[in-house]
Order: sequence, then structure tokens, then C-alpha cells
Amino acid sequence: MKLTELIRELALTVRSADKGLDREVKGGYASDLLSDVMAHSKEGDIWVTIQGHPNVVAVATLRDLAGIILANGRQPDAETVQRAEEEGVPILCTPLPTYEIVGRLYRLGIHGQD
Amino acid sequence: MQGKALEWAYEIEGKDFRNAGKVSSKVKEILKELGFDPAFVRGVAIASYEAEMNVVCHAEKGTLHFAILPEALKIVVEDQGPGIPDIALAMQEGYSTAPAEIREMGFGAGMGLPNMKKNTDELNIASTVGKGTVVEMVIRPPLPRE
Ligand SMILES: Nc1ncnc2c1ncn2[C@@H]1O[C@H](COP(=O)(O)OP(=O)(O)O)[C@@H](O)[C@H]1O
Ligand SMILES: [Mg+2]
Repeated sequence: MKLTELIRELALTVRSADKGLDREVKGGYASDLLSDVMAHSKEGDIWVTIQGHPNVVAVATLRDLAGIILANGRQPDAETVQRAEEEGVPILCTPLPTYEIVGRLYRLGIHGQD
Repeated sequence: MQGKALEWAYEIEGKDFRNAGKVSSKVKEILKELGFDPAFVRGVAIASYEAEMNVVCHAEKGTLHFAILPEALKIVVEDQGPGIPDIALAMQEGYSTAPAEIREMGFGAGMGLPNMKKNTDELNIASTVGKGTVVEMVIRPPLPRE
């Protein structure tokens, strides 16, 4: 499923890299610990977190993630948006809490394991 | 390519969370451009990022040296900082001395050194309390299959 479809199905707000939304989402990972995401996320994953600081962009870039969903109404810092634009990392926002957005992603066929 | 030393060095500032991760992004970019296997590059990125973040989180400043040798990649990160009093303890998964404000950002899970260990073929740490730490990592790329 492409990011564009997720955005439509889950009413996500796009905060950065609106040119990178054609990307295919292969799976998902949810965590607020950056080392945990570094260790366990997979290429092409959508990452659900409540961390909105600029370091999330580095993690997403280094792991080749498809994009970041900020849950619970969290918004990215201005600097996060700027860095995400530079690196082409899509940041999407939802008012839903992590548990709820992950459940809805799963229902759309985005799984954490094969 | 001949005669060109495949070696780079980048400065890392302690507590500079703004620029944190940029050095590892450079390392990754270089490897990608040189055509290394993407899965291998992602593993190197983990090790490099964790070493870089340890300087940002725990030390004053440091340098990441990165070299492509005939058989392997070598990353050496040396810093000026408090040093590690008990390396075996620091290596334990979950052990962290990171203060609350760093944990709130999602760092300080105590997974950095274990992540480095898992993603390298050799990991050597030398540290002097009150002076600094040297982390040396050797990572061998998968042999090309033909
Ligand atoms: N470069 C360093 N300088 C000083 N202490 C360090 C350094 N790297 C690691 N440490 C110590 O080892 C601990 C464990 O490191 P690590 O596994 O990366 O976890 P974390 O960084 O999440 O605390 C740190 O909390 C810190 O006490
Ligand atoms: Mg660490």
C-alpha cells in the first residue's frame, strides 16, 4: 500500500516531503525509543511514534523507512519539518493515540512481521 | 580510484542534538554511492549511529574516523569525555546513565553498545575515566556472490 492511500484512508495530515508520498509501505513499527527503532525497524516501514524532535528524521533516513506517523496529536518541531524536507522524509500526523492508529494500519494490511 | 585514500573523519559535538545523526548519514551516503549492498549499509548505519549518539549523549566532543579497507570497513570513534568506568556493565542491554531530559527524547534505552556489538564483526572499547573513550568497530561486507 502506498503512503498516499494511507493518508486518504486514515485522514493523516502531511507535514513534510509531500513529493515523497508515492512510496510503498512494506510494514510498520511502533516505538518511542530511537535505539529500538534503529535495531528492529525494517526498510520500507511506516514508523509510529510520539517523538517530534529532529532526531527522528535521522533514524528514518538511516533505516530507509517509508515515513513517520506522529500519533496522539503530536506535531513535529519546526526544525524537524525542515530536516525532513531536506532529507525527503514524509511526516504524517494523526490525533489518534498510538494503539488506535496501529490497529487501523493493521486492518489496512500493514503488518509488523511477515 | 587508485592512490585515493578511502578515509574520512568527521567531528561530533557533545549535546548537539540538532546535528546528531548527520555524520552517520554521510557514512551511509558514501557506502551507498560506492555500491555496497543496501542491507549491509543499513547495518553499518546502526553501528555508526549508536557510536555517534554516545558522543552526543555522554561526551563533550569527538571524531568519527571511517575507512574502507580491502577486506572490511573500520569505524573508530574517539571522544573527550567522562570515560566508561565499567565497560562490561555498560555493555549490558538496558544499562544507561543517560539523564532524564535525554531519555525523554527516546535515547538512553541502554541498547546502543549492544546494537553496535550485534552489527559489527569486531568491537573494541578502550576508555580512561575523566579523559575519554575510543570505540573501534570492524565490519566485513558480505562477499559478492557471482
Ligand atoms: N562515549 C561514551 N562516553 C562515556 N560514557 C559512555 C560512552 N558510551 C557509552 N557510555 C556509557 O555506557 C552506557 C551504555 O551505553 P549505551 O548502550 O549506548 O546506552 P545509552 O546510550 O542508551 O545509555 C551509557 O549510558 C554511558 O554510561
Ligand atoms: Mg547509546
